[in-house]
Amino acid sequence: MAGQWRNEFKNSRKGQSEMSRQVYLDYAATTYTAPEVVEAMAPYFTESFGNPSSIYSFSDRNRKAMTKAREQVAAVLGASQDEIFFTGSGTESDNWALKGTVWKLAAKGKDHIITTKIEHHAILHTGEFLQRQGYDVTYLPVDEEGRVRLEDLKKAVTDRTALVSIMFANNEIGTIQPIAEIGAFCRERGILFHTDAVQAVAHVPIDVQAMNIDMLSLSAHKFYGPKGIGAMYLRKGTRIENFIHGGGQEKGRRASTENVAGIVGLGKAIEQTASRMAESAPRITTLRDMLVDGVMKAVPHAKLNGAPSGERLPNNANFSFVGIEGETMLLDLDRAGIYGSTGSACSSGSLDPSHVLMAIGLSHEQAHGSLRLTLGEETTGEDIRYVLSVLPDIVAQRRAMSPLWEDYLKGLQKESR
Amino acid sequence: MAYSEKVLDHFQNPRNVGEIENPDGVGQAGNPKCGDIMKIYLRVKDDRIEDIKFKTFGCASAIASSSMATELVKGKTVEEAWNLTNKAVAEALDGLPPVKMHCSVLAEEAIHAAINDYLKRQGLPTREEESHDELVDHHVHHE
Repeated sequence: MAGQWRNEFKNSRKGQSEMSRQVYLDYAATTYTAPEVVEAMAPYFTESFGNPSSIYSFSDRNRKAMTKAREQVAAVLGASQDEIFFTGSGTESDNWALKGTVWKLAAKGKDHIITTKIEHHAILHTGEFLQRQGYDVTYLPVDEEGRVRLEDLKKAVTDRTALVSIMFANNEIGTIQPIAEIGAFCRERGILFHTDAVQAVAHVPIDVQAMNIDMLSLSAHKFYGPKGIGAMYLRKGTRIENFIHGGGQEKGRRASTENVAGIVGLGKAIEQTASRMAESAPRITTLRDMLVDGVMKAVPHAKLNGAPSGERLPNNANFSFVGIEGETMLLDLDRAGIYGSTGSACSSGSLDPSHVLMAIGLSHEQAHGSLRLTLGEETTGEDIRYVLSVLPDIVAQRRAMSPLWEDYLKGLQKESR
Repeated sequence: MAYSEKVLDHFQNPRNVGEIENPDGVGQAGNPKCGDIMKIYLRVKDDRIEDIKFKTFGCASAIASSSMATELVKGKTVEEAWNLTNKAVAEALDGLPPVKMHCSVLAEEAIHAAINDYLKRQGLPTREEESHDELVDHHVHHE
């Protein structure tokens, strides 16, 4: 079953390209939906289509399926099923956590949120929106490996602080935050703690009890579930305002007729992916380390961005190659059938390079020359060897035509004199 | 992909890449902060661009614009080369996405810088650069 997606994917691309090899290394952007997940979802589009809010027995199967999915999510997080609320996406969960908290607590004089400079835009842009609405938001800096320092958090807390929102693991550089320490501190100070765990859930161990997490965002399409379905863990007794108003679904906390098939898919995917964690995390870590070691050896003046292996997501590698620009690299890799991503401004349509790479202290040149490769279930040693056989030449060829690389080398010569 | 076939062709097989030894003029445009730098080398003989080479750090459209611009001015008089507009470069590439139009401006500016360097070396008066503020806003974005 595991190879099925791969073969289909490869076949679909044949004839379009002279290269037959296809290596997808952008699992942090999205995963495929596992065939077992698609299979589990299928009946809820057709034979079992009833609205879960309808009281007739025809919808019983759907209600049961949703409860099962809630239990599957709760089991992976160490929560109970009545603390799990399904949403449309990780982004929606993030919006809910930030807006719902200050909308509830501002009346009690708690109108301040503390987050970080390296959050996903779902948090950053929500924070900026709330600032325009008159709320106060602090964006903590991070160290050069992308870690928040507890002392900085402690210093930022005021009597008005309602919420601390710090991502579990970063989507660009993979750095895992000291979540348990942050959670313990927030609990002690009586401040709500939310974590955007979209990149981490089902890939690294999470325990909302042990880590004192009050709210957690997750998204199915990052762990082999479908797109368009997410969830929020909301600790029992945590009072925040609703974000989506309407019917009484999700115990009156999140209106909208439930995406039953999506919910079933999310449940199946989180259970299956988390149950494989003990086996797949070491396997993927080994492949990632092989990729990192290979690149650092074969590409002169390459830089690994983020934390060392063991303190970053198992599947994440992020490099900077000074002298070349990220979009150029992506298109060259695309030609070779390799799919990755970059923090360069040119590829994103925005004008500034990645805020994450800038926050860890990279120069514009280094940020423009970044490449993120994220591995997954279908990644093989053969894939990594193929990347290592292609990437160094691509970097060398583009550097050879780069005046920036020329200047960089001249600078090095001067230094060594 | 938002790029035309021509852009991809010039990106994948850039023409006139490299340097000219003892050039008659060298010019550079762009800055590393914005993610693109173009460097142009000229060989001028009897007032004609006898040879032209470039080196570019930047995205696909920056490389394609450099490649196309060098093709367009090769063999032309210095006056004709000066009059090459960024629009002509973009059109010759069958268009660039709006956010990438500044790449074609960069090509025009780099050629102008190289020509002015040539004029200076010849002891001739240099020429005035026309402004492209509407397209190069982001070059001052970080200042």
